[in-house]
Amino acid sequence: MAVPSHLEFFVDPNRCIGCKACVQACSECDTHKGYPMIHLEYIDRAHSVQTVPVICMHCDQPTCAEVCPADAIKRTGDGVVQSARKPRCIACNNCVIACPFGVPKMETGFKLMMKCDMCYDRSSAGLKPMCAAVCPSGALFYGTREQIEQSRPRSQAVKKFQFGGQTITTKVNMMTPKVASAEYLDVTAAMDEQTIGKEITFNILDAASGY
Amino acid sequence: MTKETIKAGAWGIAVTVALAVLIIVGSRNLAHFDAALVAYTFATLFAAFGITYRYAMWLQRPPTALYWKRGWQVFLRPQYLARNIATWFKRVTGDMALNHFIARRGALRWSAHMLIMWGCIIAIAITFPLVYGWIHFETLPNDTEWYRAYLFGFPTFAFPIHSLMGFLIFHGLVWASFLVIAGVMLAMRRRMRDHGAAAVQQFAEDFLPIILLFAISVTGLMLTASYTWMRGYAYDFLAILHAITVIFTLLWLPFGKFFHIFQRPAQLGVSFYKDIGALEDHAHCRRCGEAFASRMHVEDLIEVERKLGFRYEMANEAGHYQWICPRCRRAMLALAQGRMWRGESQI
Repeated sequence: MAVPSHLEFFVDPNRCIGCKACVQACSECDTHKGYPMIHLEYIDRAHSVQTVPVICMHCDQPTCAEVCPADAIKRTGDGVVQSARKPRCIACNNCVIACPFGVPKMETGFKLMMKCDMCYDRSSAGLKPMCAAVCPSGALFYGTREQIEQSRPRSQAVKKFQFGGQTITTKVNMMTPKVASAEYLDVTAAMDEQTIGKEITFNILDAASGY
Repeated sequence: MTKETIKAGAWGIAVTVALAVLIIVGSRNLAHFDAALVAYTFATLFAAFGITYRYAMWLQRPPTALYWKRGWQVFLRPQYLARNIATWFKRVTGDMALNHFIARRGALRWSAHMLIMWGCIIAIAITFPLVYGWIHFETLPNDTEWYRAYLFGFPTFAFPIHSLMGFLIFHGLVWASFLVIAGVMLAMRRRMRDHGAAAVQQFAEDFLPIILLFAISVTGLMLTASYTWMRGYAYDFLAILHAITVIFTLLWLPFGKFFHIFQRPAQLGVSFYKDIGALEDHAHCRRCGEAFASRMHVEDLIEVERKLGFRYEMANEAGHYQWICPRCRRAMLALAQGRMWRGESQI
């Protein structure tokens, strides 16, 4: 079985409320039972509650697979980059360090790289991945392109990302503002970007008064 | 033909010729070579060529070539050599012989792998030297009730034919097949019941190897049953059937899942690379300043990515995206997206 081509994954970190329902649901997936593969990251916990859910973006030319010395990471015909093949993975960590999105996880005890495989046991049967099935805010949406265009008219799905001089195209979409008409999302341009809320100050201490 | 294929082909031929020479020398100019087993011999020679060819091709991939070289370099570094040798024995025992890392993945998976692995090791240790004529048995000149085992033509231990030891030795392949069949049953059970495995397994990659091992074991046991209890009934047919299963498996060795037997020891080299990396300079994220990997690893990865044609170089002070830690990469993804939305709200 393969993932139906009319169903796509759309990620919108701006909608994430940090509830971690996706993390709990992810660990119920049969292909990595008990081990959540999604990352729910605080951007800058000291200054903001902003969070980002990061799933595998399933690159067309996966850097993780290319740099794997054991040739353990395979992309299936439907564009899903699978977890490392268990007999082959030699736990070198190359994929973990090389992935431009910071997705793969190394299970040191198992000597095995594990990663989000879009809940292949579910998505290949036409079901939603666990995280998208439970996300209450729509930060993780799995459905047809028509559905997302209808429900989010101000957004535009992008599946091209810029990392320095490298362009990466993916199977998973990232929602961007339609008005920006962006062809791609420049990730490395956000190198010095601060989290939303960092500029908010409470003015308790007044610098002018000498405190 | 590319340079890589010529090199791999040359290695394949060299190893195949070396094995052929060892067969001739080890069997004392074929004096102890059993001509009835010649098909097995040629199948192993083909397998030797195929495995070496694939291994040589694999070693020429940029990441594999670099970590193969680095693995040996860090292992042989004089200041770590003694410690590395001690660790090597520990890891060969724990990871290779006892499969500790598979035990952590699950008891059923570990049991299946241990039974299959040790069954195959015993069977290979018995059959390959016998097929090559490296081991043979002779009755003692003064006592036909005793056998002496010869290794490469040199006499070793002797034992009574009708003894417990004789029984255990002559039925070595029976014990091996019991282990393999039990392991295959457990592996098949997991493959047929585990939803996660069902989603990604493929016939050629996952089922064929265990079907082949089962076929070899069962047809081998049928041979024993034929000559032990059935007065050799259908023995010739069974011998051909068994040979077909074994030869097909040998020919399949370089192509399918069994190739992991030859790849897996690379795990040892990688573990030393990580050990030494942890003791030496660390790479610090050029965004958050946290240490996230060894400096050697990040520098090697940059080299590998360049050889593969990736261009992650950055124009700013970071220099290369590889110097950004995975956590910051995830944060930057959200920040880059949020930045676009903020821009939109100001319009």
